[in-house]
Amino acid sequence: MKARVTITPKRAVLDPQGKAVQNALEHMGYSGIGAVHVGKFLEIELADGDIDERRQKLDDACRRFLSNPVIEDYRLEIE
Amino acid sequence: MNFAVLQFPASNCDQDCLHAVRVIGHSASLVWHKESSLGVADAVIIPGGFSYGDYLRCGAIARFSPVMQAVQQFASQGGLVLGICNGFQILCEAGLLPGALVRNRSLQFRCEQVFLKTLAHDSPFTSRIPANKTLRIPVAHGDGCYFADTATLAALKANNQILWQYCTAQGEVTDDANPNGSLLNIAGVCNPNRNVAGLMPHPDRACESLLGGIDGRTLFESMASALIRKAA
Repeated sequence: MKARVTITPKRAVLDPQGKAVQNALEHMGYSGIGAVHVGKFLEIELADGDIDERRQKLDDACRRFLSNPVIEDYRLEIE
Repeated sequence: MNFAVLQFPASNCDQDCLHAVRVIGHSASLVWHKESSLGVADAVIIPGGFSYGDYLRCGAIARFSPVMQAVQQFASQGGLVLGICNGFQILCEAGLLPGALVRNRSLQFRCEQVFLKTLAHDSPFTSRIPANKTLRIPVAHGDGCYFADTATLAALKANNQILWQYCTAQGEVTDDANPNGSLLNIAGVCNPNRNVAGLMPHPDRACESLLGGIDGRTLFESMASALIRKAA
């Protein structure tokens, strides 16, 4: 069982990395590029067990530790 | 008075903080991050550096260390806590201060002298800073852009929690004087109870004329003076 956590900056937060990547893509000639947001991706290996319980605990970890709710949003997927 | 200076793996201004406290005539001792007690401490300083390699987010891992649980308790009892640079990031991550520090607007690590305007002189961190004095203090950070949502910024202003703003040498708060893109040019804030404060610039690196200036001493002198008043 694996969990995947995707963390992205909140839209209201200045994202100079995203802006720099967007500018570079445009400079390279890739057309149709809109705003880019640079975040983080975590892959967490899980011991087998109750998926709902794992999800609940990891969701707690996402809120308390893996993301900072002041500046980031997260998406948690377990498979 | 005795100041506890915390030490994490990759703290790099712990010795500067010890010196800053001693040079103003008080004692300071290091407290390792694995300690669950602060020992005999009248105030706590969380120094700059790159605790835990800045992994995940600056300050995110340090905030859960055993010593930070002791700091949480110390702060809840009204103890004075100052976070400098990485220490400021740790205090924000810990929820002891509002907001967060994100990547500099320029994406560059900024290492230079900046000027600071002190907005509130009624805190234990600013009482000895002369009115209308512009402080010249260095910054050295890559993630020092202060962010908070609109409601939080409004509360900071309403409660006079913004202690320092980046400004020009003449004391004008301008965008050009802002080294990192911080909202409202915020360089440092305190909590609503005014016993916990943090700032990105390094007062600890501005305590010797030989090293560029002594404006930083006024912060530590303010803390010492508040402690002496409290003990009297």
